Amino acid sequence: MSIQLGGVCQPGTTRANKTGGWRTFRPVYDYDKCIKCKLCELLCPDMAVLPRDDGFFEFDYDYCKGCGICANECPKEAIDMVLEEK
Amino acid sequence: MTVIRTLDKDKMDVAEGSYAVAHAVKVCRPNVISAYPITPQTHIVEDLSQFMADGEISNCEYINVESEFSALSALVGSAAAGARCYSATTSQGLELMHEVLFNVSGMRLPVVMTIANRAVSAPINIWNDHQDSISQRDTGWIQMYAEDLQEISDMTAQAYKVAEDKDVMMPAMTCMDGFILSHVYEPVVLLEQDLVDEYLPAYEPEYSLDPKNPLTFGAFADPTAYTEFRYLQQKAMDNALPKIEEAANEFYEIFGRYYGGLIDEYETDDADIILMAMGSLVGTIRDVVDKLRAKGVKVGLLKVRTFRPFPAEAIKNVIKDAKVVVALDKNISLGLNEGSLFTETKASLYNTKVDVPIVGRMIGHGGRDIPVKTIEDIVEEAKGIISSGINTESKYADLKEELL
Repeated sequence: MSIQLGGVCQPGTTRANKTGGWRTFRPVYDYDKCIKCKLCELLCPDMAVLPRDDGFFEFDYDYCKGCGICANECPKEAIDMVLEEK
Repeated sequence: MTVIRTLDKDKMDVAEGSYAVAHAVKVCRPNVISAYPITPQTHIVEDLSQFMADGEISNCEYINVESEFSALSALVGSAAAGARCYSATTSQGLELMHEVLFNVSGMRLPVVMTIANRAVSAPINIWNDHQDSISQRDTGWIQMYAEDLQEISDMTAQAYKVAEDKDVMMPAMTCMDGFILSHVYEPVVLLEQDLVDEYLPAYEPEYSLDPKNPLTFGAFADPTAYTEFRYLQQKAMDNALPKIEEAANEFYEIFGRYYGGLIDEYETDDADIILMAMGSLVGTIRDVVDKLRAKGVKVGLLKVRTFRPFPAEAIKNVIKDAKVVVALDKNISLGLNEGSLFTETKASLYNTKVDVPIVGRMIGHGGRDIPVKTIEDIVEEAKGIISSGINTESKYADLKEELL
């Protein structure tokens, strides 16, 4: 792949950049506490909260940068931020 | 080749420099003009506004903005959408555009902008020097400097020709000395519409923003690719060197007027002393050369017309056989005590076999008049350098000791 003039590229190419690698803390759901209120999905700035068929949600760790907004806003404290370790 | 003007007097008008530029922009058929008024650029955009109000520029939008930052930002979007874009500014306005200058260049958008060169604040000063545009030399814009009204007018079409070339695709600043050129009236051939249409084809961008065919412009480059972006910008600047010469030659063929491409020379063939400069100062030096040549002084003039890309090879070829070279600068790099034309000429000779003494003299800052006497004194001092070597490498040539 070579660079096009001025870096013009097809839309959506940021999907190729898996920005989840920038994360220090990973959000983890406690489904026993979750009330399916959808705030985490609404407030995620990176569309990294994906709905599931059963009404709960899961994180897309390929793109979640670990900002913690979901955990901070969750009214039931159903999201823990867990340190990423090798 | 030296300056050639086959001027048809029936075609000449007496016009103000700003009007000549505005007219030149009009006949280049721009699609979007966006600018914010600032002295001494104001008359250019006033005249363009008048043309728009009178319906004289078809298929064009004039965007009123609240600052220079917005003026150029509006053109980023417009140029990406495939419009031929124009703006004009000076001094603080140009410095306010600093960030956007990099964006235009990085996105490879061939915007053309006239700079009515003016000193920068503080202290506030509305008169001419080159500090404003020289301070933007690393932003990736082609920079050309005009000697008189006919040249700045004609340079506008040449700038579009070079900027929009497929092998270049870089923005260009055409620089005219504020007031000295922007507000003066001279006999001038206003750029001819029919000839411009022959010279400058419609702009056809390789990529353009279009909702029906979405593309991403100006996207992100991480450390794995950023270096290559910058390399490609430099390569485009290298490509611009011959293209600027070609654009000047082709202009001569169609319009019959020529001012040099990258540089121009006057009485340099056998010159012991060569003075080099940019902008309207060149005209004054031309007169001094005539006067001193009549007295038998072997002095010549090297006019630097293009400052970015820097025409190192062309400059070297002219000055290599001189006994002393004096670079005159209307700008200073504070902390180095040198003007940029001096610094860069000197640097471009290092590691070559050319070993000509070269000194820098800063002159005419903040609009200080440059009388013939000041240039004559510089030549007199240069004679001394031939016989006894360099005493002071770089200094102000017109410093008033009594104010210190």
